[in-house]
Amino acid sequence: MSGLEALALALMVPGTVFFVAGTVGMLRFPDAVSRLHALTKADGLGLVLIAAGAAVAAGSAGVALRLVLICVLVGLAGALGAHLIARLVRSGGEG
Amino acid sequence: MSPAFALSLTVLMTVLLACILGGLLRVLRGPTRADRMLAAQLFGTTATAVLILMALATGDRSLIDVALAFAVLAAVTVVAFVATSGRGAP
Amino acid sequence: MDAMIVFDLALALALVGLAWAVLATEDLFAAVVLFIVFGLMTALAWVRLAAPDVALAEAAIGAGVTGALLLTTLRRTAGAATPEVTPPAVSWGVGALSLAVTAGLGAAFLGAPSQGPGLEGAIAGNLAASGVEHPVTAVLLNYRAYDTLMEVVVLFAAVVAVWSVAQAPEAETPAPGPVYAGFARLALPAAAVVGAYLLWAGATMPGGAFQGGAVLGALGILALLARSYVPAPEHRAMARAAFIAGTAVFALVALAVGFGPRVAFEYPPALAKPLILLIEAVVTLSIAATLAALFFGREPEPLSVEARP
Repeated sequence: MSGLEALALALMVPGTVFFVAGTVGMLRFPDAVSRLHALTKADGLGLVLIAAGAAVAAGSAGVALRLVLICVLVGLAGALGAHLIARLVRSGGEG
Repeated sequence: MSPAFALSLTVLMTVLLACILGGLLRVLRGPTRADRMLAAQLFGTTATAVLILMALATGDRSLIDVALAFAVLAAVTVVAFVATSGRGAP
Repeated sequence: MDAMIVFDLALALALVGLAWAVLATEDLFAAVVLFIVFGLMTALAWVRLAAPDVALAEAAIGAGVTGALLLTTLRRTAGAATPEVTPPAVSWGVGALSLAVTAGLGAAFLGAPSQGPGLEGAIAGNLAASGVEHPVTAVLLNYRAYDTLMEVVVLFAAVVAVWSVAQAPEAETPAPGPVYAGFARLALPAAAVVGAYLLWAGATMPGGAFQGGAVLGALGILALLARSYVPAPEHRAMARAAFIAGTAVFALVALAVGFGPRVAFEYPPALAKPLILLIEAVVTLSIAATLAALFFGREPEPLSVEARP
């Protein structure tokens, strides 16, 4: 395994660990708002790490640019989704 | 690409798929609608990660475009859920 | 990739399990969410089957558009009718029919010749004259353009049907608020660029009119949901133009190339690329407008005195 691939793995393995942590948190936390917290933070960071590892391994500027766009869009969508869902839960709007 | 790297990617992909299946538990169990929806958000993010790993493993760069499409659509479902639930302004 | 068999098996089992869960869940909202997830998993399956074009379309339509459509429908019909109990005879009959179809498909798949020549050679051989470099786009927009034109007509017919059904105005949905406004300012233009990029990329790699149009349609749905754009009766003419533009341009181009030694749909090789790009661009706009209009669900009419709540 070349040095570049090792570096990529060094980024992607912790990223996957964060995803697992987010899922475990989502299953184990007591209520919807805390599950949201676990999910959005952990998954967002996990995705950034995996994308960084992929950018290193792919070594292409076009790929890296699209990966940055993916991370930004997912981060924005996660923040928006968490805010909207939490606001809905707080207002007691659904059952 | 060395075989060890390819195998590592496969393992990571399978672990992420297991995360998705774990999220399914929350959709089935989750007492409130909010629980089911946040599990759905997990699927979007995790599937994007799986696609990125798959693009690396197969060398097919167009899978990054599929991941991009997933990322763009991540928000639509959540906004649709929020806009169609609840009874008026919070 | 032998180690991927674990992943593939897990994905296949997840798909079957999801399909069962969608039908077996009693809570309709859970069923809708599971169906959206089913769409996402199907998109992953398409990727594993080496069909990224289909995966793109499945993700955009299955997860984005269909998800929003089902959620809105659920809200509009909530509490409208008591669920009926299906008589056991019907359930067993439908189950037997599904099994028969599955068995037939399995027999067709397993019995088909596994190493036939197929059409790959013919497609690749004529690719240079088709005007694009991506075989899927060549098939969709050149070799089998007639089928694609009919698909565009189907979408047009759907929006005509939806606009012909008069409906009561829908209830007000809450305004999403300042966080959404900030998100929209950043993400919506980016999404529009992604949609245009998918359309442009279709010439050389997976992408094309349907994929780009579906992403832009999901974008329109987002704008409608958040009431960034409220359809007004004055916009009807523009909307109608958008709906028909794709079908009209496609049909006109197809017929216009068909005089002299050529037949309809036979693009002259020198003009093939610009013609295909023109068709794809207009079809993309049409698809986006149609999907958003199908989501909105009715023709925007000025409220008459009787209909005002």
